[in-house]
Amino acid sequence: MSQAPMDSSGVSRGSLKTYLTGFVLSLILTAIPFALVMSGTLPCSAALAAIFSAGIVQILVHLHYFLHLDTSSAARWNLLAMMFTLLILALFVGGTLWIMYNLNYRMM
Amino acid sequence: MMTTDASTIGTAHNQEVELPDTVGIQTLGFWIYLMSDLIIFSTLFATFAVLGRNYAGGPTGKELFELPYLLVETLFLLFSSVTYGLAMLAVHDGKKKWVLIGLAVTFLLGLGFVSMEINEFHRMIAAGHGPDRSAFLSSFFTLVGTHGTHVTFGLIWMAVVIGQVAVKGLTSPVQSRLMRLSMFWHFLDIIWIGIFSIVYLMGVA
Repeated sequence: MSQAPMDSSGVSRGSLKTYLTGFVLSLILTAIPFALVMSGTLPCSAALAAIFSAGIVQILVHLHYFLHLDTSSAARWNLLAMMFTLLILALFVGGTLWIMYNLNYRMM
Repeated sequence: MMTTDASTIGTAHNQEVELPDTVGIQTLGFWIYLMSDLIIFSTLFATFAVLGRNYAGGPTGKELFELPYLLVETLFLLFSSVTYGLAMLAVHDGKKKWVLIGLAVTFLLGLGFVSMEINEFHRMIAAGHGPDRSAFLSSFFTLVGTHGTHVTFGLIWMAVVIGQVAVKGLTSPVQSRLMRLSMFWHFLDIIWIGIFSIVYLMGVA
């Protein structure tokens, strides 16, 4: 069994280095929001922003280092499917929040 | 045998007669399944975002969640993602023994995660803070429970594939299944990032 099909599927194999890099980055990005919340030093809004950004960055780290998703031609279809899903996701979550907060505001 | 048409795709018992790009097609198809799963989770996240602060006089996230406990849970899942990745490296090198060790460690870490989650749910329900207490807890149990169910099915799948590696060895269909399970497992870890950030940390902050 050659490796070519695996590579053309967009989920190419990683190496020890990519997994360990991803692991260390994930540990740091997990530790930061936990430490912020557990110490409770930041005001609420700043803590929320920090948790949110750390979460987004960690998701990108996982996609890149664990799922090996990038802009190479091999991963193009996977990336395209994900972009479309993210569009739907933004419509669902954004639309839901918009409508419900608007309703809440008008019912007050 | 290599000239057989697409009807060989999906027949599990063909050992070495699969088309060269079958693995690629199956992997892309499984990725699209994962994306549809992401839609399910996005609706549950949206529900939680709307209902997550409606405590109905019941306990808030701040009173219920224990962050050190959650941190251990999170690390279990993160470690298991890395050990699965290392097992996949052993797959590419054809080292069957290390594949089995890597998968076994991943399985135990995943089992630890699910056990901790079941324990947490049990404690909450026993204290009267079950899903029927408030809208916050209903959406909490639905979202976190759906993720936990996914991990549980991932564990069942992993047990089956461990058996296949042990019995059949690293044949190309088994390798292809290992690849798809690896996508599933990493995907669940990514969903967990969203859960511990939005549900737990933002609930306590």
